[in-house]
Amino acid sequence: MSFSRETDHGTPAAIATGKSVTLTIDGQSVTLPEGTSIMRAASLTGGSIPKLCATDSMDSFGSCRLCLVEVEGRNGYPASCTTPVAEGMVVRTQTERLKQLRRGVMELYISDHPLDCLTCGANGDCELQDQAGAVGLRDVRYGYDGATNMGQAKDQSNPYFDFDPSKCIVCSRCVRACEEVQGTFALTIEGMGFDSKVSPSQGEDFLGSECVSCGACVQACPTASLIEKSVVEVGTPDRAIVTTCAYCGVGCTFRAEMRGEELVRMVPWKDGKANRGHSCVKGRFAWGYAQHQDRILNPMIRASVSEPWREVSWEEAIAHTASEFRRIQGKYGTRSIGGITSSRCTNEETFLVQKLIRQGFGNNNVDTCARVCHSPTGYGLSQTFGTSAGTQDFDSVMQADVILVIGANPTDGHPVFASRMKKRLRQGAKLIVMDPRRTDLVKSPHVEAEHHLPLRPGTNVAMLTAMAHVIVTEKLYDEAFIRERCDWDEFTDWADFVSEAVRSPEAIEPLTGVKADEVRAAARLYATGGNGAIYYGLGVTEHSQGSSTVMAIANLAMATGNVGREGVGVNPLRGQNNVQGACDMGSFPHEFSGYRHVSDTATRALFEQAWGVSLDAEPGLRIPNMLDAATDGTFKGLFVQGEDILQSDPNTHHVAAGLAAMECVVVQDLFLNETANYAHIFLPGSTFLEKDGTFTNAERRIQRVRQVMAPLNGYADWEIVQLVANAMGLDWTYDHPAQIMDEIAALTPTFAGVHYDRLEAEGSLQWPANDAAPDGTPTMHIDGFVRGKGKFVVTDYVPTDEKTGPRFPLLLTTGRILSHYNVGAQTRRTANTAWHPEDRLEIHPSDADNRGLKDGDWVTLRSRAGETTLRALVTERVAPGVVYTTFHHPETQANVITTDYSDWATNCPEYKVTAVQVMASNGPSDWQRDYADQARTSRRIAPLEAAE
Amino acid sequence: MSDESEVMSTDIMSTGDRLIYMANQIARNLAAQRDADVQTAEHIRKYWTGAMRARLQELAAERPDALSPIAAQALRRIAV
Ligand code: SF4
Ligand code: SF4
Ligand code: SF4
Ligand code: FES
Repeated sequence: MSFSRETDHGTPAAIATGKSVTLTIDGQSVTLPEGTSIMRAASLTGGSIPKLCATDSMDSFGSCRLCLVEVEGRNGYPASCTTPVAEGMVVRTQTERLKQLRRGVMELYISDHPLDCLTCGANGDCELQDQAGAVGLRDVRYGYDGATNMGQAKDQSNPYFDFDPSKCIVCSRCVRACEEVQGTFALTIEGMGFDSKVSPSQGEDFLGSECVSCGACVQACPTASLIEKSVVEVGTPDRAIVTTCAYCGVGCTFRAEMRGEELVRMVPWKDGKANRGHSCVKGRFAWGYAQHQDRILNPMIRASVSEPWREVSWEEAIAHTASEFRRIQGKYGTRSIGGITSSRCTNEETFLVQKLIRQGFGNNNVDTCARVCHSPTGYGLSQTFGTSAGTQDFDSVMQADVILVIGANPTDGHPVFASRMKKRLRQGAKLIVMDPRRTDLVKSPHVEAEHHLPLRPGTNVAMLTAMAHVIVTEKLYDEAFIRERCDWDEFTDWADFVSEAVRSPEAIEPLTGVKADEVRAAARLYATGGNGAIYYGLGVTEHSQGSSTVMAIANLAMATGNVGREGVGVNPLRGQNNVQGACDMGSFPHEFSGYRHVSDTATRALFEQAWGVSLDAEPGLRIPNMLDAATDGTFKGLFVQGEDILQSDPNTHHVAAGLAAMECVVVQDLFLNETANYAHIFLPGSTFLEKDGTFTNAERRIQRVRQVMAPLNGYADWEIVQLVANAMGLDWTYDHPAQIMDEIAALTPTFAGVHYDRLEAEGSLQWPANDAAPDGTPTMHIDGFVRGKGKFVVTDYVPTDEKTGPRFPLLLTTGRILSHYNVGAQTRRTANTAWHPEDRLEIHPSDADNRGLKDGDWVTLRSRAGETTLRALVTERVAPGVVYTTFHHPETQANVITTDYSDWATNCPEYKVTAVQVMASNGPSDWQRDYADQARTSRRIAPLEAAE
Repeated sequence: MSDESEVMSTDIMSTGDRLIYMANQIARNLAAQRDADVQTAEHIRKYWTGAMRARLQELAAERPDALSPIAAQALRRIAV
């Protein structure tokens, strides 16, 4: 794809009313939807009206007066951006009078604008420059001597973009982008008339302000006033390739804008169906890790983890990997090795890793990091609805009337979706937040939750069952829906169960700590407020009853008839970019791609025929079981692609002991991550910028990842897996990931219609995409549940075994923040550290007082599993008795604290509940010191011997 | 502090203890279902490796009181 800017039609598409009008523009008759602006109409019919303050990502504003047109029969010159088309209207967009008027407007702007175009970073990519040309401005009559706004100091505080007020034309596109697109309201226009200027709120600089660095204002700015630093440094781009963000499960698509071989910037793609032209700081700006000096580019091996690494050729590393795995299997048996697929890698890569294990290792010992985040979603939704995925697309939220957010913090975890949700809330949808913490959604500019249910961590099932109690006992359920769509007997069993008095909001108030009235009101609102949509996150899944909670959510949605159309549904907010895809691709030890159990003879036969081997009918080991088997001496070799289980999995001591007991740990990653401290072979990985493939986002949307530069390490990750497979005696001959997708489609009914040519043509497809749904499936379960009848499952509240007591009186819960991603391996290697240089422990003022702690003090955080130190952040965001931290920095090692307790059905770790004590400290713990030493030793790379 | 040693324990359950814990936890969470033992058995058959199931059978024989009644009943249903 060569470089061309995306067309800007000036104003957004009209809200569909089904009616259209016919008018004449410059002699051409056109028919368009009612409500379309004249500006958009002209653009859609191939014309172009000069504009400055209008852009099609936000509502028109009508301030610059450059877009004037003539309308027959009307006085004056209406602004085309704010004037809607009307039946029979006759519009002229180019007349001598209009040209004069527009030149006059332009002259005023230019007279107060520095004319340093040749040296300006935006030269060639500036709408002011373009529009001056478009209106034929050649001369400025006012001269440049009068009072001007030039020479004002630049604000360069943001690590990714600059603000130069002297180039600002006060079109307020940035202010409106921040409000309408992002929903942060960080910018204002201060002052009046000539003195008016853009300013982050309260006159702070950008970095110190409310700004979350989403980049929407930069994208909206028509001048160089707001400009990416990278454009200033590298120059304007000359080509663009559309690809998909590799950070979170929203799956924003971007134009990777290049200058030669260099990536200049990532600009959110307007046609991206997940993000609709918006982005967050991570995808937009935090891609610098791809070129970070810490990246390992050569394969390395070592005999033991106490030795330094030795760089070797790819041939040697691959041959050594294969021979080690075969040696171990020869000695300890076929099932003594396994592997872990990555939710960060592409579908094709993930599919190949599980294929390597099933076909090449001859066992089912494959698992994925989804184990530690959304495995309960797969389990719970497949039990109740019949598919292991969310029910809606993101657009659906714009039809919701009541939004129930459970255990999710979308403004930090899924920011671009959160912006859509906030937009809907500003339009009047009601919000219920169920979360121990007062997250940003509970109260932020122009958004306030109707009900916040700050329940004690670990009481989700009790709370949701109490809501069900209200819905059933007050007869708020949708009987017609249930009778038609669900098993009525199962419903009545469930209804009897939830109706018992012990499950009423009043009875569980002492457990959850939430006032019964509030729970009743929230339940009534969800059941009766119109379209009710549930969005949930890891605060649901990462509990000992994670799977039960997912089923309790599904029960609520079925009982109220909130499934099977737009605006409703059950929507897991997936953490990592391809966690949905990794699960779809057969990364779990008990199932093949498309969620088919390994014991299913017909499915096995299909794969056996395609792969030419007989396959194991026994489920394999899950990650924690692999680690147990390792300490027991029966599991000896592990292939880990793109995951850092030592940092991301619970109870670090347990993980470390398991890894240390293995004879061969192979890590394929960008960096020497924490797991690599226990590795014997390191295979350097490639970034999403360096390979082709697909990711599947939280809406089941399969989108292309496109190579924008050659892999620095020499190979894309799928090629590396192929090399290993062939060294182990398999005969793989893929030349391109498209062929891998063809194989996935041939073997997986829900993917049968997914091929690269379709993805090219459609932009994206939401599975199931097959003969029954050739264009994919935005909304699931429309005419019936995938499993047949929706299944109500009785969910009994079982308190966690992780209990507070005198020694560990506080509950720790963990989460993430906007600017960092997961264990932070990528974001810590970007300027995003400007916002979150360290993990902090949030603690309520009363708990801090009791311990004599002040904000910023070093504290020891101690659980039954271990202890660590970090600094305190005293805040009322957390309730008394609850503390909270993130896990983005390895120095903190928050998982030294978390325990081995896990979800009963899936072993998803109970990250959200750990009993802890907090006390003053004066520095890092012994473990942290030892660990830092060991990590240093383990990361040594032997200097290369001079070649003879 | 009197409980220092316990605090600093790395708290890694032995594999046997963990298998028993897991089986009991599954049974406890399915206890409210009509056919809790059948479902517990099915769950273990579906998600555990053969080696884990065999080990649980051994443990149940060695430590008859370790498993809850539902888990024990489920185990009797599982033919390894
Ligand atoms: S970067 Fe985003 S949050 Fe910051 S001011 Fe611009 S639009 Fe607002
Ligand atoms: S900074 Fe840019 S977008 Fe904002 S008012 Fe100035 S010119 Fe317009
Ligand atoms: S991190 Fe998520 S929300 Fe941010 S740009 Fe990437 S996909 Fe979009
Ligand atoms: S573009 Fe219409 S008034 Fe500015």
